[in-house]
Amino acid sequence: METTRRNFLQQLGYVSIGFSLMGAAPVPHSFLAPSKMRGSGKRPDQNHINAWLHLLENGKVLIMSGKVELGQGLRTALKQIAAEELDTRLDLIEMQMAETGKTPDEGYTAGSYSIQSSGMAIRNAAASARETVLKMASEKWGIPISQLQLKDGEVIGPKQKISLHQLLAGRQIEQEVGTPSEFKGKTVRRFVGKPVPRKDIEDMVRGNPIFVQDLRFPDMVHARTVRPPSYTSEFVSMNESDFDTQPGFLKLVRKGNFIGILAEEEYQTIQIMERAKKSVQWKSEDYLPANTPLKDYLKTLPLETKTQEDKGDAQTAIDQSQKRHSASYFKPYIMHAPNGPSCAVAIFEDEKLKIWSHSQGIYPLRNSLAALFKMSEDDIHIIGVPGSGCYGHNAADDAATEAALMAVEYPGRHVRLQWMRDDENGWEPYGTAMIVELKAGLDANGKINGWQYEVWSDGHSNRPDGTPESLLPARFLDEGYGAPGIGYKGGAVRNSVPYYTIDAVNVQSHIFLGPLRTSSLRALGAYANLFALECFMDELAHKADIDPIEFRLMHLKDPRSIDCLQKLRKNTSRIDLAEGEGLGYAFCHYKNETAYFAVAAHVKVDRKNGAVQLKKMWAVIDAGETINPDGLKNQTEGGMIQSASWALKEAVRYDARHITSLDWNSYPILRFPETPETEVEVIDRPDQPPVGAGEVAQGPATAAVINAIFNTTGVRIRELPVTTDALINA
Amino acid sequence: MKTDIQLNVNGKEHTVQSAPDTPLLYVLRNQLELNGPKFGCGLQQCGACMVLLDGKSTTSCQLPVRTAAKYKITTLEGLVDENGRLHKIQEAFVKEQAAQCGYCLNGIIIASVALLNESPSPTDDEIKEKLNLNICRCGVHSRVVRAVKASIE
Ligand code: FES
Ligand code: FES
Repeated sequence: METTRRNFLQQLGYVSIGFSLMGAAPVPHSFLAPSKMRGSGKRPDQNHINAWLHLLENGKVLIMSGKVELGQGLRTALKQIAAEELDTRLDLIEMQMAETGKTPDEGYTAGSYSIQSSGMAIRNAAASARETVLKMASEKWGIPISQLQLKDGEVIGPKQKISLHQLLAGRQIEQEVGTPSEFKGKTVRRFVGKPVPRKDIEDMVRGNPIFVQDLRFPDMVHARTVRPPSYTSEFVSMNESDFDTQPGFLKLVRKGNFIGILAEEEYQTIQIMERAKKSVQWKSEDYLPANTPLKDYLKTLPLETKTQEDKGDAQTAIDQSQKRHSASYFKPYIMHAPNGPSCAVAIFEDEKLKIWSHSQGIYPLRNSLAALFKMSEDDIHIIGVPGSGCYGHNAADDAATEAALMAVEYPGRHVRLQWMRDDENGWEPYGTAMIVELKAGLDANGKINGWQYEVWSDGHSNRPDGTPESLLPARFLDEGYGAPGIGYKGGAVRNSVPYYTIDAVNVQSHIFLGPLRTSSLRALGAYANLFALECFMDELAHKADIDPIEFRLMHLKDPRSIDCLQKLRKNTSRIDLAEGEGLGYAFCHYKNETAYFAVAAHVKVDRKNGAVQLKKMWAVIDAGETINPDGLKNQTEGGMIQSASWALKEAVRYDARHITSLDWNSYPILRFPETPETEVEVIDRPDQPPVGAGEVAQGPATAAVINAIFNTTGVRIRELPVTTDALINA
Repeated sequence: MKTDIQLNVNGKEHTVQSAPDTPLLYVLRNQLELNGPKFGCGLQQCGACMVLLDGKSTTSCQLPVRTAAKYKITTLEGLVDENGRLHKIQEAFVKEQAAQCGYCLNGIIIASVALLNESPSPTDDEIKEKLNLNICRCGVHSRVVRAVKASIE
């Protein structure tokens, strides 16, 4: 255990490395490759190969990505991509993920973009590296490139071979990333397209230290935050004399309305924090709209209205159609609610801050922290370490900021802060509540001839953006920073324009600034948009008296969409539905431009008590070129189950003062006995660009569940989450 | 007030200095430096902190260390044998790749081991019932069921 711990710390750059780590005791497969370079604070130049790839003395290749591992298997997928272009065994590839000054600045790990951005950058850099070293060896030996190959870290000629380290004489490949003439990922596919297992899972089952929560440093102290009763509470007074006598008490940090406790041991810190909560007086107002149904309240807010799409004359088409249909859908605030509350370790030493965080964007976080602390970016060093799965912008950045605030007040010691469950549930930025209203007309053949769509939504991203406001504690400080505004509005309209072929379409968006703190949650607005759109398609199919898959096929042209739906139909064709059971379908082309996804849900509804039991979910997914089919399946299975949980269980509750969904009883999610079996078919298209798929399932999977409930009960659920009341004796 | 407390953890006797009402979780993580048991809620609602007490899965986040001293405590780390070989359930989770972020795995594996202690060949429903307390936010449930089943085949 001691070895493991030492290695973990070494890998995180804590213990200074005086000897080659590779020669030391076996390094466990950890999320973090050994630190080989000293961070200078500056961003590596992404146009050069050595920003992405370093040759190590021991013959291995270190790949650097500015993205973070979130449990999506990105580390393995990126390794596969690099190994392929370098024609080098996977065990000769090391990964370094997200650390300021070391890895490229790749912004956030979000939006299912990591394979498209980091993956393709690494593919380019690695293929360029291959071409560069072959050229070098060709010149050195006077042998044409066509007779040389790069294999497992060596350039091999007809009679000669040389390691990359020797060939480069210990230097790095500093050439610019070029336009390689071949991508082996597209032609050879020795590693790419294979279900390469993740190595980190063995570390997880052994209990090796891999999470930011597992970091321990000598003399580390513990911190907890004393939360106020509401977003806008103001500090009045507190009996501070009491604390000195508490075992382990080190310091009370109060800055404006922010209060933190530092103590020697973790449980002591928690006890003092709880005591402090009781002794502090706040001035708080009741201001949340607890007495108005949320969907009514949201429409009373000032709106910014925009036309997203206007083709043909939708209104007239609908008016003149054979059959008309309209419906309105509502999705409440939903939380990220990671299993492990957010955590960070920070130390302030020699006027410099060093932070270990599971932030999804270490460089953007650094920008915002530099603004908040009025420090130079170069004096802030952030090391990305995995946390509990986040599914978007959760409280990781906030915890990092609070740890830093306390570290600055207590220099020279590592400060570890982990949020409590009620901190996480009560203060994270939620996925916003949304409303969708739809109207459509059908012609005599059952084809949609007019479509009107309106969506009401808050913004969908308030990630750190270089301003302090996006960091939760900023608003509590004396500087008067306040809360951020609406944030990224583009998220609200994701997938609001139907992908189906319809002649007359009108799509309007209405953006509001809602009552609760919000930011990016998996799939952003595409969740509510696709829930509504795919439920409405099911309703229209029913109205037209056409099979729901057939109805969708009637409105789709491109072969990849059709392929997904037809495969799904085949995979679910032999399901026997018992009494009370239903089958529902949904489809999407994510963002109308990335992955194709078709999903089915098999539910059983107990009409006596209204309980919905999910039996099985099927998916067919086409994410273009597949890097790792098992990773893709895992993400898709997880997405479907999380989506089903959102649909059946989840809503952030609040009273007039603050959030009341503060634990797993007041914010229930799907538990094991309620979860379905899953089956995912992957369509691999090596000729197509790879696209991310981590968010694709969210909207359609919910729609499939709702459509399945209709299929057996005849009840249309249009407000999430599904309540038993809606289904009892319905 | 801190006192000396004797704990039997993963087959070894330890003496820890702790206030007797400190929950076992903090002693395991911070004094014995074990990483298996995790803080998830501190409320006995999520299972992240589970350990085996005399072979039975129990949450450790509210269990006073003085009470825990009465049992043989096994953590995730203690399922690995002295030659470093994984328990068959751990092995099955690796083989089935039954994880995303992995934060929940400690509790899920501990509860699954406890289940097999009670009933050597459980059905899907029994597996799910046993894991009722264990929260997984990444949605690896269906893989977990496959892994537990694979371990008994
Ligand atoms: S941490 Fe113990 S049950 Fe959640
Ligand atoms: S794998 Fe992330 S919580 Fe279960």
